[in-house]
Amino acid sequence: MSHGGLAPHVEQAAAATPPEQRRSGRTGYLLLLPALIWLGIFFVVPMISLASTSLYDPAGSLETGYAMTGHVQNYLTVLDEYSPQFLRSLLYAGMATALCIVLGYPLAYAIAFKAGRWKNVMLVAVIAPFFTSFLIRTLSWQFILGDQAWLADVLRATRIMDLLIAVQLVGEQGNLLATPFAVVAGLTYNFLPFMVLPLYASLEKIDPRLHEAGADLYASPITTFRTVTLPLSLPGLVAGTLLTFIPAAGDYINSELLGNPNTTMIGNVIQNLFNGGSYPEAAALSVTLMIAIVVMVLFYIRRAGTEELV
Amino acid sequence: MTRAGKWLSEHVVLGVGLLVLLYMFVPIFIVVLMSFNDPASRQSYSFDGFTLDNWLKPCDPNGICESLTLSIQIALLATLGATILGTLMAFALVRHRFRGRAVANVFTFLPMASPEIVMGSSLLALFVTAGLAGQLGFWTILVSHIMFCLSFVVVTVKARLAGLDPRLEQAAMDLYANEWQTFWRVTFPLVFPGILAAALLSFSLSFDDFIITNLNAGQEVTFPMYVWGAAQRGVPPQINVIGTVMFLVALSLVVVGEVVSRRRAARV
Amino acid sequence: MTDAATVPATEGHHDTGDLQLTGLTKKFGDFVAVDDLDLTVPSGSFFALLGPSGCGKTTTLRMVAGLEEPTAGSIHLGGRDIAHDKPYRRPVNTVFQSYALFPHMTIFENVAFGLRRTGSKEVKAEVAKTLELVELGDFALRKPAQLSGGQQQRVALARALINRPQVLLLDEPLGALDLKLRRQMQIELKRIQTDVGITFVHVTHDQEEAMTMADTVAVMNAGVIEQMGAPRELYELPRTTFVANFLGQSNLIRGTVLGPDGTDVWVEIEGSKLRVPRERAVDQTGDVWVGIRPEKVFLAAAGSETGDGSNQVAGGRVTDVSFIGVSTQYLVRMAWGQELTVFEQNTGARDSFRAGDPVDLHWMPDHTFVLDAAQDAQAGAQLEDPS
Repeated sequence: MSHGGLAPHVEQAAAATPPEQRRSGRTGYLLLLPALIWLGIFFVVPMISLASTSLYDPAGSLETGYAMTGHVQNYLTVLDEYSPQFLRSLLYAGMATALCIVLGYPLAYAIAFKAGRWKNVMLVAVIAPFFTSFLIRTLSWQFILGDQAWLADVLRATRIMDLLIAVQLVGEQGNLLATPFAVVAGLTYNFLPFMVLPLYASLEKIDPRLHEAGADLYASPITTFRTVTLPLSLPGLVAGTLLTFIPAAGDYINSELLGNPNTTMIGNVIQNLFNGGSYPEAAALSVTLMIAIVVMVLFYIRRAGTEELV
Repeated sequence: MTRAGKWLSEHVVLGVGLLVLLYMFVPIFIVVLMSFNDPASRQSYSFDGFTLDNWLKPCDPNGICESLTLSIQIALLATLGATILGTLMAFALVRHRFRGRAVANVFTFLPMASPEIVMGSSLLALFVTAGLAGQLGFWTILVSHIMFCLSFVVVTVKARLAGLDPRLEQAAMDLYANEWQTFWRVTFPLVFPGILAAALLSFSLSFDDFIITNLNAGQEVTFPMYVWGAAQRGVPPQINVIGTVMFLVALSLVVVGEVVSRRRAARV
Repeated sequence: MTDAATVPATEGHHDTGDLQLTGLTKKFGDFVAVDDLDLTVPSGSFFALLGPSGCGKTTTLRMVAGLEEPTAGSIHLGGRDIAHDKPYRRPVNTVFQSYALFPHMTIFENVAFGLRRTGSKEVKAEVAKTLELVELGDFALRKPAQLSGGQQQRVALARALINRPQVLLLDEPLGALDLKLRRQMQIELKRIQTDVGITFVHVTHDQEEAMTMADTVAVMNAGVIEQMGAPRELYELPRTTFVANFLGQSNLIRGTVLGPDGTDVWVEIEGSKLRVPRERAVDQTGDVWVGIRPEKVFLAAAGSETGDGSNQVAGGRVTDVSFIGVSTQYLVRMAWGQELTVFEQNTGARDSFRAGDPVDLHWMPDHTFVLDAAQDAQAGAQLEDPS
């Protein structure tokens, strides 16, 4: 299962301790220290290790050891060789994120405003599929998208298959599996809750009387949505986008199980390089991916500050 | 607008929402369905025949139950570690003043937002650099799991704690409870649901993790790793049995929790 | 800066159950919330600390409870300075504005909380007795969420009272209740305090509430006490413009002291000479504010003689008439431009006037009060909605 999950944001911080009432003194540091040390050793230091590994001389190996030569060449090599996968990852992740917004927004909206007493049930229903191992679920998609399955039959019968072949979303024989379509579909499916939950949290905070105010002031439902609801749901939308796009860009499970050698993403490449022992190159790719992501997160922080992050 | 049109426009969002929800459950139906499958061959993708054999002999495939046991062990220990560390940190963030708040917030958020492949490879780089390349296994997996579960625990507990009225603790002290008694009798019982939710979240994250585990497991095989291997070799239907069981267990936990809390609220 | 006119400082105050605040100060950074406060609350009395939002009354209360650390000063209770004691070591309990009932405990456990901490053996009996006192005997097993606002308030009171503290602090406890319930609870609280005999310190911004319930009222503004005394005294003889405006309404007119005359002083307002008993004048020389409450003023048709020894100011013209039911409220514009307020009770025996009528104003000298001209005539005016 990949990361994200903002179920806790569903809880409202009603009477948060205001900054003036927070206790000063050393207790704060003491409480913080164990966790920070753990994060320090197992998140920060590894990132540094990763960076330094990326600068090793690729001529070494695990047995012979690596020489630290500040070999920046690694970056140029891998970016040159694997830029198609890099771009493809960004493309697939982008498409999946867009689809998640299209599918997830109505669902989040429905839960927030239209669910009434079924709200909790629907929320559980959003999270429930994730009680099954995500690998197993992705394997199910293999079954659903398989040539023998009824989905393929239906698409063939209604001629939609021809359309999909024409736009090259599916293979020439009309197979749904082992295509970009399948990979994006898998990504969308797997990350949908990470879009729905933050969106729901944002939408939930909107006073429903604002909709009434919009109607009272002559706005049609669509206009009210565009001018009132959408802007107010923006924090949730941005959070959901970050929590969907970022892990999706680094995923390789979907492309491995549902794709073909032409749909490999950067995650596949990194994993394969590690398997093959090419540590410096793999590290260089990882660092590049991480930098791209940090840039996006910094962008977000600049607009929204850090208190909303956690 | 016609009456039908009005009904439609009022319910279209709900309808779409329900469709999406249904879409999310489709693979689950397949998993449950396939758990009763009697496959014609190891590589078969179709439903060949109905059988209860898989349910009667779930540990038949070689190594499947060992990997399950390992996953559960690691998940339990990782949950313990992450919940303790994360709860302490949540208290610090909500109730105490200290410098470097922004840094703490950012470093707590980043593991949640980083791609697993990057986190996994950085941990691998750490272990290799520390000379532990030959000793990847249980402990390296455990350490990695605690790390990425930590952030989620912090977020969950923090949300619950932030909603706790500090005046309740002031009232307790006004009524002769010292700091210790106030914590155990007032603060802890009220934060506990958040801690519990964080523990459950942590357990499921750890149990289901593949990418990070795969890079740092050495010779050990956790359940997701087993499934991955099976995907290459041929998926035994018992995997779907276990998947179904996981789903049912988790679902029943949620249902029980909901029923208990409704009962409590309704009791006079 | 207190006027402890009716609360004499007794020599042995450190040994009695009096609550004594001396030089109490609280600063938040540069902001002084409570400024060098001196106050004595007699044991067993119902004491009200009255003032607008932000005047420091709640901060003072919290310092007595131990929930706020004083910047300077001392708090003496029963002979000891408790200013730096932890809240759980003080014989003081608080009824919080938001009630702060423990949501995860039953009413019984809430009320029993303090008793259990002090190791009492009679918990069950005491809780039952106290719940009867606040008329919630049947609610022991419910949870706070199942109770109405008024019921929760009574639980909060019981939870504090059961511990028999030396001082019971109430922080605007009736603020969240609707009008009818509030009136009811005011009477209840007064009754309970009289029965139980504990010192009550009641913080509120509602002047009617303070005056109804308290034996002694201290009016607080911007961290200092403007005036302290029995409600009637504060109302009839305010010593500062703030008190004059905050309690009820006042007309304040610029005047000049002319000179003494026996037990009175002569003051001139815009050509009219008025008598004021000397003890009702804070300032007896130079420029002053002459104050008279609207309900003490009578209107008479211009030029008519009353011959009753009242002070008279002529040359007014009615600009607004509002019939309230019980009274008629007039706005009268005087020759020098100031608009004065007059309340005439609708007894049927008085003349009524219309807008534009020329009138003279009369009032008894004993109702006049004279204040320091250096004070702001708008201080305390319309700060709170007298609901």
